Amino acid sequence: MMQATVQEARFEPRIVAFFCNWCTYAAADLAGISRMKYAPNAKVVRVMCSGRVDPDFVLEAFRSGADGVLIGGCHPGDCHYKEGNFKAMRRFLLLREVLEDFGIEPERFRLEWISASEADKVRTAVDRMVGDVRKLGPLRWKVG
Amino acid sequence: MTDGPRIGVYVCDCGFNILGTVDVPEVVRFAATLEGVTSAREYKFMCSDPGQELIKKDVRELGLNRIVVASCSPWLHERTFRKTVADAGLNPFLFHMVNIREGVSWVTADKAAATEKAKALVRGGVRRVALQEPLEVRTEPVNPDVLVLGGGIAGIHAALTIANSGKKVVLVEREPSIGGNMARFDKTFPTLDCSSCILTPKMTAVKDHPNITLYTHSEVVQVDGHVGNFEVTVERRPRYVREDLCNGCLECIEACVYRDRRFANEFDLGLAKRKPIYVPFPQAVPLKPVIDPDDCLFLKLGKCKTTCVTACPRDAIDLAMKAERLTLQVGAIIVATGFKPFDPRRKPQYGYGTLPNVVTALEAERLLSPTGPSEGVPRLRDGSVPRAVGIIHCVGSRDANTNAYCSKVCCMYSLKLAHLVKERTGAEVYNFYIDMRTPGKGYEEFYKKLLEEGAHLIRGRVAEVTNAALSKGEIGKLVIRVEDTLAGFVRRIPVDMVVLAVGMEPQADAQAVRRLLTLSCGSEGFFTELHPKLAPVSTATDGVFIAGACQGPKDIPDSVAQAGAAAAEALALVDKGTVEVQPYAAVVEEARCSGCQICLGLCPYDAIEFDKEKKAAHIVEVKCKGCGVCVVACPSAAIDQRHFRTQVVLEEVAGVLA
Repeated sequence: MMQATVQEARFEPRIVAFFCNWCTYAAADLAGISRMKYAPNAKVVRVMCSGRVDPDFVLEAFRSGADGVLIGGCHPGDCHYKEGNFKAMRRFLLLREVLEDFGIEPERFRLEWISASEADKVRTAVDRMVGDVRKLGPLRWKVG
Repeated sequence: MTDGPRIGVYVCDCGFNILGTVDVPEVVRFAATLEGVTSAREYKFMCSDPGQELIKKDVRELGLNRIVVASCSPWLHERTFRKTVADAGLNPFLFHMVNIREGVSWVTADKAAATEKAKALVRGGVRRVALQEPLEVRTEPVNPDVLVLGGGIAGIHAALTIANSGKKVVLVEREPSIGGNMARFDKTFPTLDCSSCILTPKMTAVKDHPNITLYTHSEVVQVDGHVGNFEVTVERRPRYVREDLCNGCLECIEACVYRDRRFANEFDLGLAKRKPIYVPFPQAVPLKPVIDPDDCLFLKLGKCKTTCVTACPRDAIDLAMKAERLTLQVGAIIVATGFKPFDPRRKPQYGYGTLPNVVTALEAERLLSPTGPSEGVPRLRDGSVPRAVGIIHCVGSRDANTNAYCSKVCCMYSLKLAHLVKERTGAEVYNFYIDMRTPGKGYEEFYKKLLEEGAHLIRGRVAEVTNAALSKGEIGKLVIRVEDTLAGFVRRIPVDMVVLAVGMEPQADAQAVRRLLTLSCGSEGFFTELHPKLAPVSTATDGVFIAGACQGPKDIPDSVAQAGAAAAEALALVDKGTVEVQPYAAVVEEARCSGCQICLGLCPYDAIEFDKEKKAAHIVEVKCKGCGVCVVACPSAAIDQRHFRTQVVLEEVAGVLA
């Protein structure tokens, strides 16, 4: 009974995951096909390339109540569009600094390289992110 | 579409696949409350004919103008439902697929949590689809030529199949001859067909086929373009013998200043020797010599009498030959790059490389081949014929320390080797196996036949092979120590020769080939097919197909079957003559473009041009692949991507979080 109450009270982070169509989305499919179980907190939004992830998408996610944002792309050198993931990485590093200035901890915004065969990495990336963000607590971001 | 969205939401049970973990009726009830939704329904299998009919009927009767299907992954059925939507009279891009199987029901343990996640994703999909626009699929002409990478049995069969249909094929092989590993075998299981007798006619057919261009001693170094129109760069390494002049008389080999054959012949895995100028094996195709620049005195030191040059009656030897690069245009690519045998040095307890007379199965194939180093009768290092031979199964397979997977072919080829060794030498043969795996037509029968022939089969994984004798009978022998798990005790079996049944691994450069063609590999490193059951030779890269052991361990019949399938898929693509291109291109809103030209340098496809008169960027749609990199980079937000418009994605993000 005790446990049930603790669980009810537990904070469930809301995560948006932008996965590229060719590597990470396919890996997430493989996680499904392999019946791996992971935290249900991450809602996947499919984009063709991690290089399409606009800083606006990330900001909109935080503004709409996300407690964390995860970007998943192909490994460096493996991008379906040659180098979109490098662009994603550059933007990610810059945006993470900016977000930090606004009080958003770096643990809330992550970029992972996950190839189509790395289903287990989808599971661990999502579970770890959910765990870390849960420790941080809800993002109380005052907008406007 | 002036009346606003009338969205139909269809939530699939997928039998129990979704229904078992997601409260589908609850998702349907929830979907019906969302803005713009006219109708929400549950159905057992949306992809089935009645499921698709449901959508068409609702479009007709309820006047739906946008469709959301919440079911499996778009990788599986997006095409199916787009076609349904098109058949219903709507634009196929006014459809969105929500993944609640691979993305929800299969990865979530808790039903309530899964249901909430499914609802959130459906809400995102509904809000997204409301903003989607009708788009037109563009078609492009397809180059009818096909490239086949790798000239083993799979590549040969695929090339011949395509060439026989009248299409042109370019076959690129890295080695100086085609034939691959099958050319090394003496006999094939279970029929004991002579491998050369069934393979060499196909090799000759490749050489003689008017529709096949064969580049041996060559490698593909670059692949650009996309389905229907690939541009491929092939590097031809110098053979130092001009193939157009050489008539294969082989006088040059005779004339080489090296009287003896003293360099390891790669084809014979180093068991036999060759000269610096050589043909890999007597049935090689093309039957033209090749010079190894690391062994040839002239090429290495610049000093030699070059007797080969003077001996050639046709002046075919060109020691100044350089590597050259060719550019080819093809519409489809078949990858048949094969496998690498497991290196048993990684299992030092079996003594390979340290104990003489421990050989790999592939070396045993050469020892048993009539064209091999011992002319078909396996011999020990001292030249004598072995009286007892041990064959150890599963070396580098089904092993937590090396490869966890079963290499599929080793049980059968080990039985075949047992039969051949017995036949040629009369030796006692011991096979050490974990499980005997012989599924296949005529395979179990072959196993029975071996038992009748008196091969000794001992169940147990061998602990070690040693030359440390514990008794008189073991002196000078290789002793195989194994726990016989049927008899229930540890045995020591002295033999003269040990054959290691090595498993199949991906080629050493499989990762480089993967990058070249943007394929993906499984955790073992073999190329991954698009769908394990329904698209076994297709890949995630349209127009690139895989065949043979590069996709996973397989025997000759399976490789040939897969090669035929890959050829059929490639033909279906090039014969149609056109290919559909997804309309996800980026577009510039000229009025907003400041002309800064930042996007120009970012485009990996040089698809963006600058219109000097309009002072605005312009995207060449045929070149744009729809990655969206430029969209994000544009400082004036003048670029957007069709189907993934910023507003559309933002709406989906807000939707999944609402």
